[in-house]
Amino acid sequence: MSRHPLFMPLVVVGGLIFGFGLGFSHMARPEVVIDFLTFEDFGLLFVMFGGSIVAGLAFWTLSATGGSAPLTGRPYGRRLKSFDRNVLLGGAVFGVGWGLSGICPGAAYASLGVGNWPILYALAGMFVGAYLQGVWRSEPAADAAAVPSDD
Amino acid sequence: MVETLFPNGISRYAIGGLLVGLGTAVIYLGTGITAGASTFLESTLSYVSDRSRFQQYRGSRDWRLVFTASIIAGAAVYALLFQGGVWLTEVAPWRLFVGGILVGVGTRIGKGCTSGHGVCGVGSVSRTSLVGVVTFLVVAIITANIVAAFGVTP
Repeated sequence: MSRHPLFMPLVVVGGLIFGFGLGFSHMARPEVVIDFLTFEDFGLLFVMFGGSIVAGLAFWTLSATGGSAPLTGRPYGRRLKSFDRNVLLGGAVFGVGWGLSGICPGAAYASLGVGNWPILYALAGMFVGAYLQGVWRSEPAADAAAVPSDD
Repeated sequence: MVETLFPNGISRYAIGGLLVGLGTAVIYLGTGITAGASTFLESTLSYVSDRSRFQQYRGSRDWRLVFTASIIAGAAVYALLFQGGVWLTEVAPWRLFVGGILVGVGTRIGKGCTSGHGVCGVGSVSRTSLVGVVTFLVVAIITANIVAAFGVTP
């Protein structure tokens, strides 16, 4: 698959702004998230709503043009995922983890960037968790293909 | 009142949030992709595991790695300019690790995290994402308060 030469540079620019923003917002600090969740400081509301408003403006205005993205040819559209029980189940499991640790994936990457090396415990946990659910949920047929079967 | 609700002011949160949204918008403008942070966990596992669940992200694993590395770098730029040295959490390692496992399981089963559902999904006014955000937010608030009530600090 060949990509536009500016694809990766754009991802870098977007990622830098995203990571800088997470650092600036202090959301990369688990203590700040825990203070938010225990009603000590409601500031994090501005991070999520500020972020979703800016991103939403881009999604809605560009989607309304009916055009497609210059670097991929991909039509502009909103992020719409199908709803099922997994959204509730996964959301609840994520909620327990977020409430216990005060860290979510994007903020964990940014936390590493601000020098917080103990966040590697959380990142290691996230990979373990992602791996476990992947093993449970992978297509049995594809994974069992190499295993001799008597069926 | 404002000082009670926002003891650290709101500017750092508002500016940080706008930049998080801007980073998402920049990638979307060029690529049409609504980039979330947690897919990186599974897409990166596709380098070391043949499981179908991870292999489905093979096509995006390289740019997701670059995206995550850039998030780390962007936060490092912030730290160099504004933080004055490294910052270290005092939250206990067991909380980070056990919480991290649940975050890894939950974000992937639940189809998104704080950036995928919270920023991209809410920005899209996706009902699925709104339900997802309310679910993880309410459960996280309950969990954090129970943990605090047990005197686990930090």
